[in-house]
Amino acid sequence: MRHGRYPLILSFLLPPLALYGIFVLSPYLQAFQISTTDWLGYSAQADQVGLANFRTLLHDGYVWNALRNNAILLAVVPVVTIALGLFFASMLTMGGRKGRAGVTGVRGTALYRLVYFFPQVLSVVIIALLWKEIYSPTSGLLNGALRAIGLTSTPAWLGDPRFAFWCVLAVMVWSNVGFYVVLFGAAMQAIPRDIYEAVLLDGASRATMLRKITIPLLWDTIQVAWIYLAIAALDGFILVQLMTNGGPNFSSDVIGLRMYDTSFGSENKFGYASAIGVAMFFLTLSVAVLALRTARRDRIEYS
Amino acid sequence: MTTVQTPVPADRPPRRESGVANVFSHGFLLLWAAMTILPLAWMLLSSLKSNGEIIADPWGLPEALRFDNWARAWTTAHIGRFFVNSLVVVAGSLSLTMLLGATAAYVFARYEFRGRQAVYYLFVGGMMFPVFLALVPLFFVVRSVGLLGTWPGLILVYTAYSLPFTVFFLTAFFRTLPTSVAEAAMIDGCGHFRLFFRVMLPMARPGLISVGIFNFLSHWNQFLLPQVLIPGDGPDRMLAQGLSSLAVSQGYAGDYAQLFAGLTIAVLPVLVVYVAFQRQIQAGLTAGQLK
Repeated sequence: MRHGRYPLILSFLLPPLALYGIFVLSPYLQAFQISTTDWLGYSAQADQVGLANFRTLLHDGYVWNALRNNAILLAVVPVVTIALGLFFASMLTMGGRKGRAGVTGVRGTALYRLVYFFPQVLSVVIIALLWKEIYSPTSGLLNGALRAIGLTSTPAWLGDPRFAFWCVLAVMVWSNVGFYVVLFGAAMQAIPRDIYEAVLLDGASRATMLRKITIPLLWDTIQVAWIYLAIAALDGFILVQLMTNGGPNFSSDVIGLRMYDTSFGSENKFGYASAIGVAMFFLTLSVAVLALRTARRDRIEYS
Repeated sequence: MTTVQTPVPADRPPRRESGVANVFSHGFLLLWAAMTILPLAWMLLSSLKSNGEIIADPWGLPEALRFDNWARAWTTAHIGRFFVNSLVVVAGSLSLTMLLGATAAYVFARYEFRGRQAVYYLFVGGMMFPVFLALVPLFFVVRSVGLLGTWPGLILVYTAYSLPFTVFFLTAFFRTLPTSVAEAAMIDGCGHFRLFFRVMLPMARPGLISVGIFNFLSHWNQFLLPQVLIPGDGPDRMLAQGLSSLAVSQGYAGDYAQLFAGLTIAVLPVLVVYVAFQRQIQAGLTAGQLK
């Protein structure tokens, strides 16, 4: 068994490790180092400035404005998405009335799943460009509908600082819900039917059943969903860049776009941009840790 | 649903809310289905309208089916070319990711060697970091190895960033495969390499398909990495970049129909593949996030 192991281990492990080291590990490590320099643009000139970039960061109103938007995304997107996901998933797995106590799905469950999930396989770029057209003031689907029901002064959605950010947020929810319907649906299917049947015979309503049985039994999955959505909410870069580019007047800015603009957009402040990146890194990490801690509960197992 | 229920005899199933609840629930389900389908249907219809029709009546049906919009997007806006670019790059990066991911995962799952745990955690730790952090140095790393603006550069970077998750997923999968088969093959005189390619890899097929679908979609949908690593507006860009610059130029030229046609061309193949393999795709993607 042991003969000839090492040639295999080396030839199987070294190429992926080399690729990972060069393109993933080394950039991450360099980013921390660059964040302590005042490197501007493409010149080789970069001086150590210690934590000066981070001090600037603390007083950068644009960064705080972007972070505030990320915080709103973080507070709203996971809650709304998970709530809608759970609602639709429970309709699809046990909203039907067939059989004794009605723990089957509604008719057409498979078709609903097919349709709901579709945004998940679409590229975010396509979703962003399509919704930008839907929100378009004159030729858009949304204002077309508003005019059809008789409204004369229709809003400029993405052009209006009051609405732009919320329009992007809505698209974020729209594109994610289907995935969680399928995810929660799969988890619900794993719950033994007789648990539901027993509870229904005891006279519980569907709402009680969802609150007292389904959600506790699904807690692990909900926790995973929460973490993924929280990480997605800290990003939001593609949707924002393509739909509003942070505007109008920075009303829909997010931290990812701040960083991209600082490095590859209007300026080439690579040192400062890396400092924003480091801040994002710690934010993502703390959100993940926080989500894991607050969501921790005893694991329920059923066989 | 909060009203007090009178106790139901055990032999009679409770049917109190079925009728109303069903209309209610179907209403919401249909509403969301409409909200999912409508934007896409609108995109398809608009891609067949004239620009005048699009502006005048967003909800109207096309008077004639103008497939010349599609032709214009395909050739004038080079959507066809960008499409092929993306296909080539994703074919390359997907093959490389699967090969390197499977070999590394196999070693982590099946072989004991010094420092295995440490190397494994270093490797899968890459999943946790936001790609934004690496963006600036990555640009210069790729430039210094002379691959900036090239497809091989993009292929290597896609692969490198997909490896942590792929290895994580496949290591768990290889661990579940029975040892007895491997041992029997070894006794029959099968070498280590042959064992991997002839026995283990075929057995790992379900896992490979799941993670393969996951990687395909994430590579195909990349935007940030090509944006940084294939700068400028040359003909070598990926589909997502081509579409986003088409959206910008549409803004100047007012050619909405061409943009909708470009988007439709990009969506249709995905839609067809999705409908054909929906079960595997849904299972692959959800497993991908859960593991």
